[in-house]
Amino acid sequence: MWDYLKLIALGAVAVLAAYAATLARDLPYLVNAIEVALVAAGAFVWIMFTMGKRKPAPANEYMDGVVRAGVIATAVWGIVGFLVGATIAFQLAFPWLNPDWAYGTMNFGRLRPLHTSAVIFAFGGNALIMSSFYIVQRTCATRLWGGGLGWFVFWGWQVMILLAASSYVLGGTQGKEYAETVWYIDIWIAVVWVAYLLVYMGTLFKRKEPHIYVANWFILSMIVTIAMLHIVNNLAVPVSFFGSVSVQLMGGVQDAMTQWWYGHNAVGFFLTAGFLGMMYYFVPKQAERPIYSYKLSIVHFWALIFLYIWAGPHHLHYTALPDWASTLGMVFSIMLWMPSWGGMINGLMTLSGAWDKLRTDPVIRMMVVSVGFYGMSTFEGPMMSIKAVNSLSHYTDWTIGHVHSGALGWNGMITFGALYFLTPKLWARERLYSLSLVSWHFWLATIGIVLYASSMWVTGIMEGLMWREVDANGFLVNAFADTVAAKFPMYVVRATGGTLFLTGALIMCYNLWATVAKQPRKAAASVHAVPAE
Amino acid sequence: MSKAPAKMTKPGEVATTGHEWDGIQEFNNPLPRWWLWTFYVTIIWALGYSIAYPAWPLLKGATPGLLGASTRADVAAEIKRFAAANGPIEAKLVAADLTAISADPELASYAANAGKAVFATWCSQCHGSGANGAVGYPNLLDNDWLWGGDIEAIHTTITHGVRNTEDADARYSEMPKFGADGLLETAQIGEVVQYVLKLSGQAHDAAKAEAGAVVFADNCAACHAEDGTGNRDLGAPNLTDAIWLYGGSVAALTQTVTNARFGVMPAWTTRLSEAEVRAVASYVHGLGGGE
Repeated sequence: MWDYLKLIALGAVAVLAAYAATLARDLPYLVNAIEVALVAAGAFVWIMFTMGKRKPAPANEYMDGVVRAGVIATAVWGIVGFLVGATIAFQLAFPWLNPDWAYGTMNFGRLRPLHTSAVIFAFGGNALIMSSFYIVQRTCATRLWGGGLGWFVFWGWQVMILLAASSYVLGGTQGKEYAETVWYIDIWIAVVWVAYLLVYMGTLFKRKEPHIYVANWFILSMIVTIAMLHIVNNLAVPVSFFGSVSVQLMGGVQDAMTQWWYGHNAVGFFLTAGFLGMMYYFVPKQAERPIYSYKLSIVHFWALIFLYIWAGPHHLHYTALPDWASTLGMVFSIMLWMPSWGGMINGLMTLSGAWDKLRTDPVIRMMVVSVGFYGMSTFEGPMMSIKAVNSLSHYTDWTIGHVHSGALGWNGMITFGALYFLTPKLWARERLYSLSLVSWHFWLATIGIVLYASSMWVTGIMEGLMWREVDANGFLVNAFADTVAAKFPMYVVRATGGTLFLTGALIMCYNLWATVAKQPRKAAASVHAVPAE
Repeated sequence: MSKAPAKMTKPGEVATTGHEWDGIQEFNNPLPRWWLWTFYVTIIWALGYSIAYPAWPLLKGATPGLLGASTRADVAAEIKRFAAANGPIEAKLVAADLTAISADPELASYAANAGKAVFATWCSQCHGSGANGAVGYPNLLDNDWLWGGDIEAIHTTITHGVRNTEDADARYSEMPKFGADGLLETAQIGEVVQYVLKLSGQAHDAAKAEAGAVVFADNCAACHAEDGTGNRDLGAPNLTDAIWLYGGSVAALTQTVTNARFGVMPAWTTRLSEAEVRAVASYVHGLGGGE
């Protein structure tokens, strides 16, 4: 019965999308409509052929299939995102890498949102979804709620990535940073995200543990807040039902403020709170040590989620934003310093008593460096929010360096650690294929990040100083082109750092594949969801 | 998990909270003192700062802050300060005869500095930050001038621009599209291109160039002059030197004759003050090619 309803719905979507494609007013819409029709038709055929043949899932086992799929998706999208990132880094250093034939699809302007969305939403999003599904089942000692809804979240997210990526390279965009997806993709994101929330809440409600573990607080706060941010920032009226263009509901500085309220908290909740949830599970598991302080986890959790949401205006210092909003954004950012560091302290101090593991376990080393970069960028962030510092750093490459020490160092490294932790467990292998390859990955990634961050500090501060340099008569000394020319060597260093990071991730993919393909299967692992005593 | 994992703690450590999830326990450590006090200090500082500076939104407007700070007022004051400081010398620059600027050390020095800054900000995008131009954008360092290279001509060009629609006095001329509009046969274009190669002292086909001389005299000489040295009143380039705005190859010349060129420059009076226009004219004049 349920399958027949799915067939009717998928058939209707396929037909409607195919019809919409014939009425499409622009290329991104046309391509997206064809993709939706094909995906719906494919799912229709799959359900038709497997109807009655699919075995009901055993209710007393963890639902790990969707986590395994998420591990693969995270690794694959990571490679895609890093590859596009390294490509655009070289395009900036060598403009001839934007050849005439590539204009309109593969030039820097088209690839840049592809890179940011691929790493944040495809790599980071899959990492969050898959690890949160793993964590919530283990720490609640119960199977994921919602039957196949977890799979809907997974596939719905991949469809979103496909639609967004193909629309970006064809010019479909709202022109909002990190929120480029056009209106119909935004609606789809909201649908998938609400399903994610339901799966997560449902699992928490049926937990067999008396308390909710701290990792789940962070992940739940991430899911709820991202839903709110996404919906408010994407309030828009489509110009046509058959086109990708829409008009934002808010205009001018209100729109800018909404955008950075969203943009900053995409960092704050998606890339900080969500990944802290990962940190709170994987660090104690890998170190086999208790979390350092329960009190600290409570206080820094509430302080972090309360303070983060107000810090957005620091992205708009010295603009049309009124001074008062600027001040508030700045002081809330400063107050955010210690709550952010609470997570770092809890992560690092959890390792005290297990420091010897740093010598022998490169996965722990990765997690430690990740927490270290988290601490560094959450100090750098409040510092850059100070107006006087921001007047130098704003619009320069310093910001790019700051973002990447957080993204490559914190988000990337903790995700790599989680992938190394999860792969042997999910595929029931004794251990990873090679710890020395993990060491190679660790060093390539760490050196890559250091090259990236330090080159961007140098070039960012240099261009900030060059931009503001005025002579005795108050005239600007440098042409913009002078600053671009001066940055060239640092751009090459940055692209080299990114390439090292990409190389490390490729080594990781080989290692994870070899773990599954070449390592012997572990004898009869228990995957039954039974609460701990 | 069916069997309890090995305990994470060691003897003699702080007590845990007694909770356990998938083997993860939590120590009952207090908040680190330095962490807590630093957090308090940032909160107190934030309160103090938000009293000193504009911060709290009210029904109408926001609290102005005890220090009366305003970024917009700061910018206005700074602009005013520089305007006041530069006022006398700018007035002198505007009143001076253009040709007299270079002779007055004070004016020349100011115009060179201000002109360089104006050039870097407004002109370098097309003419290059070193003023050496690019394809389609004249090099300003050499002594080849399309519309004249004395300071008055340069001043006029900057003031009104070239072939724009915003200024009625913009310098204007239009080369016919000899190929696209069917004014010349393809063969004739090939011939006149060879003649232009000859004029500029490049390798050429002598027979075609001879035929091209006739085509040139009939179609091109009116603007580019009979000897090909151009006409500054019409912005018609000198074709006998080795300096090319759009390239001197057969392909580039064929393209130019076939479809013509139509380089545009904005009128700068809408963006720059008269003092700034004079300063940048003086700067460009002083780059080496000024007449």
